[in-house]
Amino acid sequence: MNRTVRKKAITTAVAWLVALLIFFPIIWMGLASFKTEIEAVATPPRLFFSPTLENYRDVAFGRANYLHCAFNSIYVSFGSTALALLIAVPAAYAMAFFPTGRTKDMLLWMLSTKFMPAVGVLVPIYLIFRDTGLLDVRFGLLVVYTLVNLPIVVWMLFSFFKEVPPEILEAGRMDGAHARDEVLLLLLPLALPGIASTALLAIILSWNEAFWSLNLTGPAAAPLTYYIASFSSPEGLFWAKLSAASTLAIAPILVFGWLSQKQLVRGLTFGAVK
Amino acid sequence: MGTALPQAAAGPPRRFSLMAAGGRKPPVAAMKLPAVGLLLAWSLIPLFMTLWFSFRHFNLLDADRYFSGLENYKYLLTDDALVASVVNTLILVVSVLIVTVGLGTLLAVLLDQDFWGRGIARVLIIAPFFVMPTVSALVWKNLLMHPVNGLFGFLLRSVGLQAIDWFADYPLTAIIIMVAWQWLPFATLILLTSVQALDPERKEAARMDGAGPISMFFFIIIPHLARSIGVVIMIEMLFLLSIFAEIFVTTSGGPGNASTNLPFLIYRYALLDFDVGGASAGGVLAIVLANIVAMFLMRSLAKTIEA
Repeated sequence: MNRTVRKKAITTAVAWLVALLIFFPIIWMGLASFKTEIEAVATPPRLFFSPTLENYRDVAFGRANYLHCAFNSIYVSFGSTALALLIAVPAAYAMAFFPTGRTKDMLLWMLSTKFMPAVGVLVPIYLIFRDTGLLDVRFGLLVVYTLVNLPIVVWMLFSFFKEVPPEILEAGRMDGAHARDEVLLLLLPLALPGIASTALLAIILSWNEAFWSLNLTGPAAAPLTYYIASFSSPEGLFWAKLSAASTLAIAPILVFGWLSQKQLVRGLTFGAVK
Repeated sequence: MGTALPQAAAGPPRRFSLMAAGGRKPPVAAMKLPAVGLLLAWSLIPLFMTLWFSFRHFNLLDADRYFSGLENYKYLLTDDALVASVVNTLILVVSVLIVTVGLGTLLAVLLDQDFWGRGIARVLIIAPFFVMPTVSALVWKNLLMHPVNGLFGFLLRSVGLQAIDWFADYPLTAIIIMVAWQWLPFATLILLTSVQALDPERKEAARMDGAGPISMFFFIIIPHLARSIGVVIMIEMLFLLSIFAEIFVTTSGGPGNASTNLPFLIYRYALLDFDVGGASAGGVLAIVLANIVAMFLMRSLAKTIEA
């Protein structure tokens, strides 16, 4: 008995040490966000200091457009997720409940479009965007994210819909429910947890996407990934402000990620690991 | 909504008789059309444009545009930066894979043990995965790895060593450390899910047969994880082949080409040199590379779906 307790204590110590080590950069960033700029670059580093909210105030209301970019991030990630769901729900419903001989091939093909490296189509997308006036336009980025995430969204919805007993939907259909009612009134409520975690994953992926956002946006449509990148300019060390902006930028997504960690595995491995 | 379900559930007795009479079949094809059409356009149009541009002399600063055969490919293949970037890409991908899969396996087994505060520890370990790439790049570059004001420099100096200027002297290593930190949670999370799915009776049986923790790890856990490790490797590879933002905000591919990978090289051709043709040839190369990886992944995924 004593031995199992001791073993548990040792495991606890080791695991927590490792966990804190891995989490440390985030803690360090969080600490720096409450320092003054001078304390943030001080050597030796300050562990004890009187915390200030100055940086957060500067970031939110200063001349750099944090709030503008935060709004852009919310617009593109939530907007693209909503649009992707709108397109994917009917498709996933059709594939899950009315499979044909080619359904599996179609799913695999959809997924294979995910494997197109973004950089391979950077030039055409950039030129199309330039010529249609979508460069540095929020809606343009929203469309790109919708298309980028669509395969994963269809795939995840399909795998969640497969777990809904088809008898329930069939019964509804026999009672004369139209396809639209069948989906809206029967399927969506039943698959709600799955749909929620699909949406969370799509939001997380769009929020953190930093290839298209860096290449297709400028001051007008820049989301937070772009905003943070602007701190890489060499003039001046604004580490405390960078930390405050970063903390604000990642906080909502950390929460979303923790909420959906279980279902995330399924989405990220395309259902190969459940 | 709450009443719809019980009603439906009450259906079964007559469901089968009505099946023959046939409920209306929904417009299945039309429901799939938007998703299929959009993905078809998204995957084919840019691809063909890239292919087309790659055979043309096409620079945004030069009004002269014409078919130039394999000129772009010849130029690309004789560019010193290409060899450097392909080598850097491979070093980056392989190193990060070794670190994340190796440590991820150990962490998965550790997190599978029973200890106090397991839920919170797991959450802390997963966190880096949700940090946007530009944030982690700047936090590592400035707060941690900066030779003068960074924490690592201070730690080295305080034990009497010289601070390392990571991004100037070991740019690729610095990027590997940073990217491995971002992807370790991914490997851990997936392998942990897999470890937890291991049948406890198998572990119990092995224990009864006198297996210690080490032989348990090598003969029970590793073979059980083999398939998941394969999936982790392939999915990570697809993302690692296109690392961009981390390089963009830290080293810009430098010094020289020391940390230029293939995506960054193509970006440089396209948006800094305005060489659409050359960038497209590079794009074709990147697509071919990714597709080789994807082929293996698709093959193993094909076995896992029940459609």
